[in-house]
Amino acid sequence: MREIIGIILIGIGVAFDVFGCIGLIRLPDVYNRLQAATKGVTVGTWGILIGVCVLVGFNSLGVKALLAVILIFFTSATASHALARGAHKSGTKLWKRSVCDRYEEDRKNAKIKN
Amino acid sequence: MSVLIIILLGLCFLCLLRVALGPTLADRMVAIDIMGILVVGVCTLLAVKLEREFLIDISLAWVFLSFIGTIALAKYLEGKKFDE
Amino acid sequence: MRRVILFIDSFILWLLLTWTLNYQSLLVGAGFSLLVTVIFGKRFSQRPIKWFEPQRYFWLIVLYMPFFAWQCLKANVDVAYRVLHPKMPIEPGIVRVRTVLKSKIGRTVLANSITMTPGTLSVDIRDEYLYIHWIKVYAQDEENATRIIVKKFERFLVRIFE
Repeated sequence: MREIIGIILIGIGVAFDVFGCIGLIRLPDVYNRLQAATKGVTVGTWGILIGVCVLVGFNSLGVKALLAVILIFFTSATASHALARGAHKSGTKLWKRSVCDRYEEDRKNAKIKN
Repeated sequence: MSVLIIILLGLCFLCLLRVALGPTLADRMVAIDIMGILVVGVCTLLAVKLEREFLIDISLAWVFLSFIGTIALAKYLEGKKFDE
Repeated sequence: MRRVILFIDSFILWLLLTWTLNYQSLLVGAGFSLLVTVIFGKRFSQRPIKWFEPQRYFWLIVLYMPFFAWQCLKANVDVAYRVLHPKMPIEPGIVRVRTVLKSKIGRTVLANSITMTPGTLSVDIRDEYLYIHWIKVYAQDEENATRIIVKKFERFLVRIFE
């Protein structure tokens, strides 16, 4: 029973990974790619790690997998945040059919520095 | 289990494809960042499949290394010094 | 005070990582926890009293985590729908929202949570304003965007981190 639940969680995680990577290939500009890829791959890896924890039980390996979940929550989202900010500051344009860009306006109006 | 590991390695190749195609520098960095997280999943699954426990230590360390590398690349992209 | 909390936290982390009760391992772990405490003690928690209030843990573990997991699942179904749809129904844009959270850790967790929820990615944070890249812009003005994106998390995070 426990094996079945673990394998199902791992399978769901790999499926989310696949969607995230398809998004990385298909979507049109940096920010959309970052969005789809970060969400898909982060939650996919959480699925794999929690599935491994359920599969092997509460021993050394399972506890380390749970610790990796917490670390990924802080590192992955922060890294995507830094990449988006760096891309915007280095002058990467949004997709041509984008609706609005408040950040660009505020930086032009010198409401925020640099 | 082996099938899942092979699928994940195939996804790593998709990321490398984006590195090769990517029109701007930022695209390539995004792909490298995503590949870092995928490798964590691969290492964890290998740890269960091969029953070698040290592989999960490698995945824990890989989380941090990938994070630090991405932050350094993002700072470089921003054109700033590293001491802020 | 905050140094004691940091020492205990790093020692628990060491115990979880090594997963053994051998006395030599415990001794080395205590030494390294002390080193971490000496180096990083000054920058740790601003108001350490918050660590001793049990209702914060209740809000974090019992209420916030299931809500967050549900949001993550919704986000992924949303990503899968947008990616696999042949026409890709996206209208991206960057909007500005404001938050009422004051503490640094609260803002960090808010930005990370926003990144993991359906269709939003936090780009920058300046004092109380966050800039959010939204894959389908439903509202361009500040009030409505804040109501849609931020409010559902703030009602938990105010209880946990403020």
